[in-house]
Amino acid sequence: MSELAELGVAAIRDGVAGGDFSAVEVAEAFNARVAGATALNAFIVATPDKALEAAAVVDADRASGKPLGKLAGVPIGMKDLFATQGVQTTAGSHILEGFIPEYESTVSAKLWDAGAGMLGKLNMDQFAMGSSNETSYFGNVNSPRRRKDGGNAALAPGGSSGGSSAAIAARLCPAATGTDTGGSIRQPAAFTGIAGIKPTYGRCSRWGIVAFASSLDQAGAMARDVTDCAIMLEAMAGFDPKDATSLEMPVPEWEAGLNPDMRGKRVGIPREYRLEGTDPDILKSWDDGIAWMKDAGATIVDISLPHTKYALPAYYIIAPAEASSNLARYDGVRYGLRELPEGAGLQDMYAATRAAGFGPEVKRRVLIGTYVLSAGFYDAYYTQAQKVRALIARDFERAWATCDVILTPTAPSAAFALGDKSADPLAMYLNDVFAVPASLAGLPAMSVPAGLNREGLPLGLQIIGQPFDEQGVLDAGLAIERRAVFSAKPEQWW
Amino acid sequence: MSVDKATVAKIAALARIRMSDDEVAALVPELNNILGWVEQLGEVDVSGVEPMAAVIPNHLRLRDDVVIDGRVRDAVLANAPAAEHGFFGVPKVIE
Repeated sequence: MSELAELGVAAIRDGVAGGDFSAVEVAEAFNARVAGATALNAFIVATPDKALEAAAVVDADRASGKPLGKLAGVPIGMKDLFATQGVQTTAGSHILEGFIPEYESTVSAKLWDAGAGMLGKLNMDQFAMGSSNETSYFGNVNSPRRRKDGGNAALAPGGSSGGSSAAIAARLCPAATGTDTGGSIRQPAAFTGIAGIKPTYGRCSRWGIVAFASSLDQAGAMARDVTDCAIMLEAMAGFDPKDATSLEMPVPEWEAGLNPDMRGKRVGIPREYRLEGTDPDILKSWDDGIAWMKDAGATIVDISLPHTKYALPAYYIIAPAEASSNLARYDGVRYGLRELPEGAGLQDMYAATRAAGFGPEVKRRVLIGTYVLSAGFYDAYYTQAQKVRALIARDFERAWATCDVILTPTAPSAAFALGDKSADPLAMYLNDVFAVPASLAGLPAMSVPAGLNREGLPLGLQIIGQPFDEQGVLDAGLAIERRAVFSAKPEQWW
Repeated sequence: MSVDKATVAKIAALARIRMSDDEVAALVPELNNILGWVEQLGEVDVSGVEPMAAVIPNHLRLRDDVVIDGRVRDAVLANAPAAEHGFFGVPKVIE
């Protein structure tokens, strides 16, 4: 039944509900795909029994006439940042290797309640710090994509949700969770030719998600198309009293509300995103997107987001500052790794544990965060960055007076080869230049596949929406998806 | 502003990350590269701008003052590297 693994979320849900195939058959098909794709290294842990167990419950419920959940029979991948009861949760780091949570994150619990099953825990950049999945302690994820030049350069699946993007593009799962702190859903989606949405900050509960930068972290959905993202996000979102920043708002029926008709909508094109020296293929895909929006009936509006160039440097103060504080909990006492050199005291144990447990990029960011928060530097760096963040948010607020959604490229390049940027942290950071502003402003944003570049690699277009208007983002994404000529399936080499 | 070896060693100590001299030396140019780049924020006119801590306006909720969980000692200790007698075990702190 390998053809079942070609299906997306909506098709699986409808087929299971309609009795065309059983949930167990679907789970078996995807379990086989996961088992056959170890060369991609997309999963840190596979959980075929969990997928089968959830599927058997759905089949039994259907047989006894019980109502089925929104994701009944859909097996998914879970980014290893979400705490899953009884299943190792590492955040891609050695310091959490062997950590078996005693509790379930709110988002994953909601997905299981909706009838989804877990295929496994997906590889990711360590503590979600990275844009290529090369900072994982558990090895690089290989993108299923290859350039069409006949070479076999191993390409980055993007990051930090690189296991999620690779697994979906390779048809190892129809959908997966991601998290986005500064582009970690959208950039990997663009690199692998899938769709991914980060909702408004606060839509999805952060409870049980390993924290990176709490004022930015937001869970979201990744899948092959816009409709599947809408279905997933509906199941993930919702108020949670256990997260103080959770939005106390009803979750709209995004799937039912999908409408690709853009007549009467104004699409903003920010002039500051047209950077000098941008890859002409990227600019062409952006122009294509503008033409598709017009074709869908939208009015195109030139807008200005004047503080755009300061978003990345502000992000690289705020995110490391929050990370240095959040990661203070890894002390070798309560969970995770402990390094206790002979004769060491408590302070030595902390320092030895963190030295052994954190990877180089995590150490780099914790040190930057510690520095910018230290006495004498706090105002010059951290307070200044928070003020610039306010100006970036204000830029967007002003733009909403003249437009409903904003259209930009997702990333300044297509997927790069593994190893290309790993020696230069700053070059890696710059890959998130188009994704970070929406994160700083807490806005919903998604990436949808827009086509292929000259090398045959996918490019993504980003749609940024107003607070709480995930519907507007999904609708614009659907309008693009209907018009983009896109061969979504990578040729299998693994 | 730039950092030197002594500063990086001090930050590493504050962050409780043990580092060799070589590691510290390697981090000096890396951190200076990143810090030099973020310093462009200094050119932004932020007069009259309040620092933004919360991105979506949201009030902090109060919950009812009742016990909602607890009695989960063993679950809390389940992942501890050295739990003993119902406590987290640490190296001796007092001589």
